[in-house]
Amino acid sequence: MSQHHLLALYNNFDEAEAVIKELRAANIKGFDFKDLTLKSPIEHHGVEELLGERSANVQWFTLIGAVLGGSLAFLGISSAQANFFSQLKGGKPIVPIPPDLVLTYEMFILGGVYITVLGFLICAGLPARRSSLYSAKVSEDQIGILIKADASAISTIKAVFARHNALEIQEEAGK
Amino acid sequence: MEKDIRENISWAQINQDVLKSLENPRRMYWVILLVAVCVFGVGVGCEVYQYNVGLGVANLDNPHVWGLYIATFIFWIGMSHSGTLLSAILHLMHADWRKPIYRFAEAMTTFSLMTAGLFVMVHLGRLWQFYYAVPYPNDRWTWPNFQSPLLWDAMAIFTYLSSSVIFLFIGMIPDLAICRDHLQPGWRKKLYTVLALGWEGTDRQWRNFRVTYLTVACFLIPLAVSVHSIVASDFAMSQQPGWHVTSFPPYFVAGALYSGCAAIITLFIILRYVFKFEEYMTLPILKKTVRLTFAIAMVWTYLNCIEFASVWYSHDQASKDVLIQKATGPYAPFWWAMIFCGSVVPFVMMFKRFQTNIPVMFAVSILLNLGMWLERWMIVSPTFSHGYYPWTWDHDQWPSLVQWGIVFGSFGWFTLLFMIFCKVFPSVSMYEVKEMVYHRSMASKHDELAEKGAH
Repeated sequence: MSQHHLLALYNNFDEAEAVIKELRAANIKGFDFKDLTLKSPIEHHGVEELLGERSANVQWFTLIGAVLGGSLAFLGISSAQANFFSQLKGGKPIVPIPPDLVLTYEMFILGGVYITVLGFLICAGLPARRSSLYSAKVSEDQIGILIKADASAISTIKAVFARHNALEIQEEAGK
Repeated sequence: MEKDIRENISWAQINQDVLKSLENPRRMYWVILLVAVCVFGVGVGCEVYQYNVGLGVANLDNPHVWGLYIATFIFWIGMSHSGTLLSAILHLMHADWRKPIYRFAEAMTTFSLMTAGLFVMVHLGRLWQFYYAVPYPNDRWTWPNFQSPLLWDAMAIFTYLSSSVIFLFIGMIPDLAICRDHLQPGWRKKLYTVLALGWEGTDRQWRNFRVTYLTVACFLIPLAVSVHSIVASDFAMSQQPGWHVTSFPPYFVAGALYSGCAAIITLFIILRYVFKFEEYMTLPILKKTVRLTFAIAMVWTYLNCIEFASVWYSHDQASKDVLIQKATGPYAPFWWAMIFCGSVVPFVMMFKRFQTNIPVMFAVSILLNLGMWLERWMIVSPTFSHGYYPWTWDHDQWPSLVQWGIVFGSFGWFTLLFMIFCKVFPSVSMYEVKEMVYHRSMASKHDELAEKGAH
């Protein structure tokens, strides 16, 4: 069955919250609650909690980036010192641990930051083409609820949207 | 108590006010830009002259191998700490009053680091041989010394600069989407469309954005501390009298936060007027910034006293002589000016009536930064003029006009970059101000309901 997209705009978070609660409880055939996306001008923990368990995995990228950055820095610098820079200086070790730890620390942070940002882009799905169902009002002061559902479920969902004072409902069919 | 921001200000109004700043600043903006271009021109002229004639025109000699260039380098590195303080530290402490002013502080961080980086090049003199310092094995045996804090410096500053740019950019993405959606078609819209990366404010984007912003903020705090500690190590790890002090790293970090906060006050006042941000850069927020600056000023003063006491009671005669020479020798007027500007002037900030007095605070912030610039000069030059060996003493050296010109020009360069940034990108974070207004109005409503319930 063809999939339809609907975007409803609301004046405030309370109305959006009520719609999400109702759609979650309604168990509408042809609509999976996971296909509901909230669009808002600011982040709102309360409404996001209603959407259920939707994890952010950026922290794993951070861990990998920081560990890789730090370990590669230490290995790179110490092996370069041992191979290309084997100048003995006043009996000091060829691979001096304390100064190398400073550089390792900096690279630990550099790797962590860079890979965190990469993780953010991957996890947030950016860069992306803007979807056709998008209203500039979402970046101003309105809250959008975007859903994907079968054609059979659309009328029921529209009714839910309308019941909670949707300011505008946009529809896109056939995807 | 007066509120940090008007709670009934609409979200649409916030967008409108900030977007207006991108197109329609006061005439003063253009005056500042013109002055900045002229000042920068002086710096460029001096640098071109030094490039053609040689580093000798800077009047750097032996023992004065580091002069105003390195002092100013430290000054600009220090200035960069303000962005980290406002964005990262206060973010982690949930101090939401920072929201209308952190964006320009972050921009300050980026541009002051860029300015600092220039001074390393200027100080080298032979710009065309910069690649000698790049760490790669070569037949000239100029492979850098990894045990030198100077190399750590390069690594730390590169990390800090790139992380700051990333932090600034990531934090701006939701605002760039607002600009993309609400500005008229033209080059700006195209620029914002590319930079906004297709942001739509979905729950998935916000969730990942929140974690990313917090994580990068957590990285930036130890990074900022390490950067200035390493800059302090350039001095403290040497054997020079007056520099070999254990408390130098925290002293430098405190000084950096101090000068950064003072610069925030200066730019707060300028932006508030130039971009008509009276609704957002409010007097209660200025008051909080001033109080924070006063607290840091006292920490800096305390660390200064510790440094003097450490030298005085260290039984290190050479270091003691340098300290006495600072207070009584040819540098005495500047050293006492540093003490006055850095430790006495901030007491003006103690008085409530001055904390929100814009002309007074503007003057005070300029004096504080003058004091902080003098501090860096007083760290660098007196030690060189009065080292361990009397035959190396040179108390009469004075930086040439070329040095002064390049230092002067750096302020023009920084101002130019900063003012262009504020005209092209939103210098007030729209989505964070919306959050601030939303949460505060919700809290007010909650309080009202609770009060009614109690009655």
